[in-house]
Formats: sequence, C-alpha cells, structure tokens
Amino acid sequence: MASADLWNVRLSVNGVTRDIRVPARRLLSDFLRHDLRLTGTHVGCEHGVCGACTVLLDGVAVRSCLMLAVTADGARITTVEGLTGPDGALSPVQQAFADCHGLQCGFCTPGFLTTITAALADNPEPSAEEAREIIGGNLCRCTGYQNIVKAVLRAAELRSAADQANTS
Amino acid sequence: MKPPPFGYSRPESVTEAVAALGSAAPDGKVLAGGQSLLPLLNMRLATPGHLVDINRLGELGFVRVDDGEVVIGALARHAQVLADEAASWAQPLIGQALALVAHPVIRNRGTTVGSVVHADPAGEMTAVFALLGGSVLLAGSNGKRLVNAEDFFLGPLESDVRPDELATEVRLPVLGPRAGCAFAEVSRRHGDYAVCGVAAVAELDGAGAVSLARAAYLSVAGTPLVLDLTDAGGDPAAAGRLAMSRVTPAADIHATAAYRRHLARVLTERAMAGALAHARERAGG
Repeated sequence: MASADLWNVRLSVNGVTRDIRVPARRLLSDFLRHDLRLTGTHVGCEHGVCGACTVLLDGVAVRSCLMLAVTADGARITTVEGLTGPDGALSPVQQAFADCHGLQCGFCTPGFLTTITAALADNPEPSAEEAREIIGGNLCRCTGYQNIVKAVLRAAELRSAADQANTS
Repeated sequence: MKPPPFGYSRPESVTEAVAALGSAAPDGKVLAGGQSLLPLLNMRLATPGHLVDINRLGELGFVRVDDGEVVIGALARHAQVLADEAASWAQPLIGQALALVAHPVIRNRGTTVGSVVHADPAGEMTAVFALLGGSVLLAGSNGKRLVNAEDFFLGPLESDVRPDELATEVRLPVLGPRAGCAFAEVSRRHGDYAVCGVAAVAELDGAGAVSLARAAYLSVAGTPLVLDLTDAGGDPAAAGRLAMSRVTPAADIHATAAYRRHLARVLTERAMAGALAHARERAGG
C-alpha cells in the first residue's frame, strides 16, 4: 500500500461525529488541532513526556501525540473543549483549577484537566499522595505543582457535592 | 517531530497480521500500544516502511492464569494487566514492576507484550520476563514457535522476532508457594527510566533456608542481566556485594558507571530483603 494513501477516520469528538480523510501518519494530536481546528489540545514535547496533549479515548486518558488518528478510528474522543457543560459552565476540575490558582500561563492546563477528569472518574476520593501520582506524568513549568495537587483534591470535593445535589 | 511517511495496514485477525508482516518484510513493524514506537517515529529515530496496526485484534486483549503461568495477550495494556487481581495474586512481581512502568496515562495505551518485545534494557518488564524465565509465543508464516527468555534478547532493542512474526502472547511462571519477590529502582523523577533497577526472587526450602535467590537488572547491560545470588545464603547485604562484583555497567549522561554499580549493590540489598520477607510470609513464617 502506497504511503500517500488516505484513510477514512470517523471519530466522535466531544459528541460530534467527524469524518475526515487523512494520511496514516497523521497524529491524533494534529488531527484534532489541524484537521478539526480544536486547538485546546496543546502539543508540547511530541514524544509523550509532557502530557499537554492528553485527551480521553473512550473515557481513558491517553497521549494524543503518541497515537495515530487512523488507530483511533471509531472511538469517542473528549478534548478539553468537551469538559465544559453545554451552558458553558466549568466542570468541577476546571472550577477547582480556577479556585486553587492551579495554572499560570495555562499551556499545560488542558492536559492536566483531561488527566484529572479521567482519574477522578476511577477514584473519586484520592488522597494527597494519590493526587500526586495522578498528575505525575504531566509537566508544568509555572506553578510548582502544589496548587495543582490542591486543585485535584478540591475537584474531588466539587464532584462529590455535585453528585449529592443531583441525587437529592 | 512528525512521523515519516509509511505504508499502513489494519488487520482484523492474527492470520491477516502475519500476512501483512510477511509482505512488508523485512521493513515492517508492529504497532500495538505505540508508547515506545511513536516517540521513535516522531523523533525520526526509526523509519519503518510499513506499520501493521494490531489494535483491532481484540482477541489478543486478554490476561489469564492457566497451568502455572500468567498468560498476557499482545493487546493487553499495562493498566489492564496491573488491574488484573488474578494475575497479581499468581505472580506478584508483575504488579510490583508494572506500577513503576512510566506513568498511568502511558500505561493506559502501552502493552506488556510490546514492552518485552521492544527489549529496552531499561524496561521493567524485560527484567521481570528474564528473571522469571518466561516465554514468548510468536506467530509467523511458517506457524507458531515458543521462545524462552534466555534465548529471546539479542541486544539493546533487539529481540528474536523475525520480520514476518507477530508476538501474540507472553507467558510468565507463577510464584511458588515458598517463594517471594520484590522490585526496587532509582530514577531521577518518578516514572522516568530507571538509572538502575533490580527485580529479585527468593525461594525457601522446607526448613526455611534459602534454596534459591536470583535477581535481574535493568539499565546495567545491553540486555536484561540475571544473576544467581543463592551463594549469599539469604543475607541481603552479602547479595548486594556479590551483585556489585558481577555487574559492569556503562556510563552515560544519566549516571557514571561507579554510581550504577553502587546502585546495583544498594538496590539488590533492598529488593532481596523484600523478596526474603515476602517468601517467609508466604511460607507461613
């Protein structure tokens, strides 16, 4: 098969089905940013170290720079743009970052938000140590991480408060 | 920082995958989790002519324990293997080592079989595979063959997988009832490649004396190094000294050779003490 061949890629991105023809070598990160113009997903190191490009693939946090778009064909993707509610309300994780000053320049933030969103779905009440493990694969050069750890714990509180409000 | 152009196929079965590898040989490469391959492509350190993407082979996404072995399929992600309670109960070293493989998000995609086949001398699972004496099942155009750990690693990043072969599963022996295991490593930052790492297994005889003590080393040789430390007689400090006298690591940007030898001693002592305590606990005191 010639390398110039294009492949049909159908993805559900933040609830919208997208069909695009791309070369096999198109990274999922570039597919999101260049083909779909969803530039909320940031690209830092492009070899899996920094975590800025993290998105949710069928609810699981993955590095979009370490995945081909064609491999993801048929999957459901959530990017940082998809974390906000339909009315524009911040998600618990986003709100916690604002409350705790969990960002400064904001470049790394999309990767932190997606990573923490997935981790809290698995473990709704992390300890401070578990919060550090959750964000261990994401680099931030501004905050010194302390406020991000606080934001993880705050997000867990906001999530459980929202759950209780929904069930009462 | 974009992959070079390559041919691509997305087989739906092992037979199709082997056929695709056969027609691409010797320039084909299997894409499973991609957590090592994609960085190599992005940085243009590897330029395979054709990728065979096995992510649709859902039949290989299994972890099971049967007949004294933990069997891990080629599409089982590290996170899935780590979460598998039956596997960790049967061979606790798997969970001990996997918790140190990169970060949780990388473990969500990376595959355990891929790690072993990738043969990175800094890889935790290559050391575990070598220490336990596991085997790899390879499917090729001439049928299947099983390769034992001692014959599998040929050099850094080079394992005995032929261009037309797909590693479909890795088998790791379960831990004996009077055996224990532990893993210890030092890395610059949690989740980084280890500067040095040690996996240890110790076994007790009926009287509680050490009948076997072995350790495997990462980042001290081009292939996973396995040492028999039974002569240290169950003294972790002696095991550490014995190990230090037998490793000849290289220096690189991360550490001097002398520091790596020092780590081999200290980490052997820690891992062996852990393995012995674990063995005594399992043997019932």
